[in-house]
Amino acid sequence: MSNLQPAKGSSKDQPGLRYPTSGKTIYHRPLNRTKAAELSGSSFAYLFSEMVGYASKKIESIQDLEKRLNVQGHPIGLKLLDLLLYREPTRSQTRPLNIITLLHFIKINVWQHLFGRAADGLEKSSDPSKPDEYMIIDNEPLVNRYISVPKDMSQLNCAAYVAGIIEGVCDGSAFPARVTAHSVGKQEEGEMWPGRTVFLVKFAPEVMEREGYLGKS
Amino acid sequence: MSANKAARVGEEIWKGRIDKVNAELVTLTYGTIVAQLCKDFEADYVEVNKQLDRMGYNIGLRLIEDYLAKSNTMRRCSNFRETADMIAKVGFKIFLNITPTVTNWTSDSKQFSLVFEENPLADFVELPDDGRAQDELWYSNIFCGVLRGALEMVQMQVEAHFISDVLRGNDTTEMRVSLIRYIDDELPPEDD
Repeated sequence: MSNLQPAKGSSKDQPGLRYPTSGKTIYHRPLNRTKAAELSGSSFAYLFSEMVGYASKKIESIQDLEKRLNVQGHPIGLKLLDLLLYREPTRSQTRPLNIITLLHFIKINVWQHLFGRAADGLEKSSDPSKPDEYMIIDNEPLVNRYISVPKDMSQLNCAAYVAGIIEGVCDGSAFPARVTAHSVGKQEEGEMWPGRTVFLVKFAPEVMEREGYLGKS
Repeated sequence: MSANKAARVGEEIWKGRIDKVNAELVTLTYGTIVAQLCKDFEADYVEVNKQLDRMGYNIGLRLIEDYLAKSNTMRRCSNFRETADMIAKVGFKIFLNITPTVTNWTSDSKQFSLVFEENPLADFVELPDDGRAQDELWYSNIFCGVLRGALEMVQMQVEAHFISDVLRGNDTTEMRVSLIRYIDDELPPEDD
């Protein structure tokens, strides 16, 4: 059982992680090394389909499934926030301090990094009773490219995973929010963007309250 | 196809015929899958390995079509050594832009190792410091399933498992692949 031998220079009784004898750990890895690296789109599609397949086991409702995808995206958003800010030039390395800069950061930086282009739109809810709701629009979410939703699950939008990422970025910036993905593309023939998806960002009351104070000063 | 030619073919396809995405999107997505499995199976890493292998198997079953279409090699590999080269230099190249080294053949040419200098799935990764993960979890185990599934679809039954991983503190990341048998073509049921 060669695979059970502990690495050279360490023993199982020692606490802590073992490292290769080269001493290289992830802390030696330049954070920008894979900044512009590419992998095949299929490798993402395969992994994502397994992720959705796994998440759809033992679920009670579509919301349940979307929640699971959201939960899996959340930690990514938290980490991307730091990673992307770190990669900004020093002068623009500050965290977003109000809702608009935060949403812009998501629409431009996060999207550009993950999907190679900015999101297609950013809107504020036109309903005056919902000042806490904003919408990020993607006409053709990359994550949904190879996903066809069965008829009996028509409300499902697997971009809930991306919604989770956005939610992670918001939470990490101390703008707690709930983010959900909704399909708004018409399923008619000749429709330009049948996969059009709106990410509805609903900020927590305390965020709105703070924003109100800051706006006045 | 010789190993050198396979490498050239892989490079050409990667450059010209592959639709690409940001590498970190893939890396982070795989990371969240493994993290979720560890949570769901309450750090029963043996079970996590199994799940990853199963997911890989599902992927492999479908990925082989994609591989054949893109590599345009409609010719069967003449022996298992050629298969190994094609996996490393074309397969891994066109999906993950890496070419693991094929090495450590047994004398009967039925077992080899893939040594991964680079592994995009494991970027940013450190295993949990719980005294067990480094002994039990094979973080990239999905690869084993992918090979098993993909090769099964082209009539090869193989067994694949990792024997070392830099994430465990080993000096290399090495996977062992063994050919169990060539699966005979089964005749389709007769039409009456």
